Amino acid sequence: MSDKPFTPSEPSRIAEAFASAWDALRRNPTMLFGLVVLTLMAFLSFGAPYFGLLDPLRQNPMDRLQDPTLQYFLGTDMYGRDLFSRVLHGGQISLLVGLSVAFLATTIGLAIGLIAGFSRRVDAVVMRFMDALMSIPAILLAIALVALWGSSVPNVILALTIPEVPRVVRLVRSVVLMLRDQTFVQAAIASGTSTARILVRHIMPNTIPPLIVQATYMCAQAVIFEAYLSFVGAGTPPEIPSWGNIMAEGRSYFFQNFGIIMFPGLFLAITVFAINTFGDGLRDALDPRMQRRV
Amino acid sequence: MYAYVIRRLLATIPIMGLVAVFVFLLLHMSPGDPAAIIAGDNATEENLEQIRALLGLNDPLHIQFLRWLERLLQGDMGVSIYSGLPVERLIWQRVEPTLLLTLMTMIIAITLAIPLGVLAAWKVGTWVDRLVMTVAVLGFSVPVFVLGYTLVLGGSIGLGWFPVQGYTPIRESFTGFLLHITLPALTLGLVYMALIARMTRATMLEVLNEDYVRTAYAKGLATRKVLIKHALKNAMVPITTTIGLGLALIIGGVVVTETVFSIPGLGRLTVDAVLRTDYPVIQGVILVFSLTYVLLNLLIDLSYVFFDPRIRY
Repeated sequence: MSDKPFTPSEPSRIAEAFASAWDALRRNPTMLFGLVVLTLMAFLSFGAPYFGLLDPLRQNPMDRLQDPTLQYFLGTDMYGRDLFSRVLHGGQISLLVGLSVAFLATTIGLAIGLIAGFSRRVDAVVMRFMDALMSIPAILLAIALVALWGSSVPNVILALTIPEVPRVVRLVRSVVLMLRDQTFVQAAIASGTSTARILVRHIMPNTIPPLIVQATYMCAQAVIFEAYLSFVGAGTPPEIPSWGNIMAEGRSYFFQNFGIIMFPGLFLAITVFAINTFGDGLRDALDPRMQRRV
Repeated sequence: MYAYVIRRLLATIPIMGLVAVFVFLLLHMSPGDPAAIIAGDNATEENLEQIRALLGLNDPLHIQFLRWLERLLQGDMGVSIYSGLPVERLIWQRVEPTLLLTLMTMIIAITLAIPLGVLAAWKVGTWVDRLVMTVAVLGFSVPVFVLGYTLVLGGSIGLGWFPVQGYTPIRESFTGFLLHITLPALTLGLVYMALIARMTRATMLEVLNEDYVRTAYAKGLATRKVLIKHALKNAMVPITTTIGLGLALIIGGVVVTETVFSIPGLGRLTVDAVLRTDYPVIQGVILVFSLTYVLLNLLIDLSYVFFDPRIRY
């Protein structure tokens, strides 16, 4: 029966996974590239207040809609605000939204998925709810939620988290269902281990590698969706610069100064590209099926 | 087969029922008083009382839900707060542009993505593969509207090949329609194309390792025949699944794309409704999009018979 040895889920497996991820990082230059670009973006965004830039909110009507100059590296917007400073500061919100959505959706989905996978009765009810939630297209649901709750950063994060939760639940549940009948779980049940302990110590560690990969994709998607929400006017409030709402404001002026849309768009695209390449590399490193092929 | 189709159709009823509950609760989950949301900022207490009485907001929640559902099943989605017109009529007027835009997008994206994915899998590890995959990841990374505005600047203003914005109904002028729909369809199609190309490549890689592919090569079949008849046909089930699930991306993208290109479709209707917090319209649009999404994915499930004769319903 056990011609395929199954690694028992000890905490060492997590360490092992991270070790192999680190290994892959060295072997896989695109993944390293993703990580480096991301670190750079985080540094530029969160360091922005300390670089001595112009105030991102200071209006200067004399200099409105300027092309890039020495004074304004990326030009100015319709109120004469410095685009360079706005774009760097805007990264804070976009990255914050991306990371928060990935973290929240993963933890909430993990908890629900573990319970649903292990209890048939809960499973039947919870999965119907998840199916229904998944049949509403994610952006529409998020738009409706923000329109209703009002524009604020926490609301945007929450509205983007809710549509992602069912996807995490499904992933976690599928791992739990696969493991539930494995010998090591049966052995744990037979030796009287409590259900909670089995879930946390034996099953949860096995859900972590695919979850990390999923989390990177959710993070990338959330950064883009934040921009969509702001673009249609149901996102980050206009007084806080984010890549999304800088672009949204540039909408009516895109003939005069395309930079208002292009520069934050470029920063956003580079960031999302970096997150995606990082996630792809991570998947190759953590998915044993992929490893065998390579 | 027919029994299965009917069973699956019946199974969508509880799901759509739950969607209806969510959509109904959207208005009632809000932090404020629904009457206040509907009445707007300048309403007096008297106005609010009138609205509550008119809409039956003083009744228990489940009674309100059942009453709403009963009307909904008769095709009555309520009345727009902004324009006072029936929501179902507003939606119906806007269906054509969105439907045709979605269709064009799907046609362009699928006919480009599947060959590209097959090519990447066939040439795995070479520069062709790497190029296709890099473009695919880029497709995921560029926000729809940035691509849209870039195409407007390049294709309409720069080259002058396409009209800048707007929409021509297909009945008025077919060429006009095509010229207006091309850039939005390309804009909307990039993410979708990236998704399908990646899925095609991944599945093809798996299938190309199978014994029957080796056998097909061994008996001297032409590469094209092996790739298309033996490999691609067997890879079609996961690919079609992705085509169906990816529709959610298109529906989300429609909202943004129609705004960029000023197309009077359902996406534009949604954005206008959001800006005016026109709740009945938002609810109606979500219901229509979700129902379409669920039914299309059901259709796709049924299409598996076509690709894999082992599947019997």
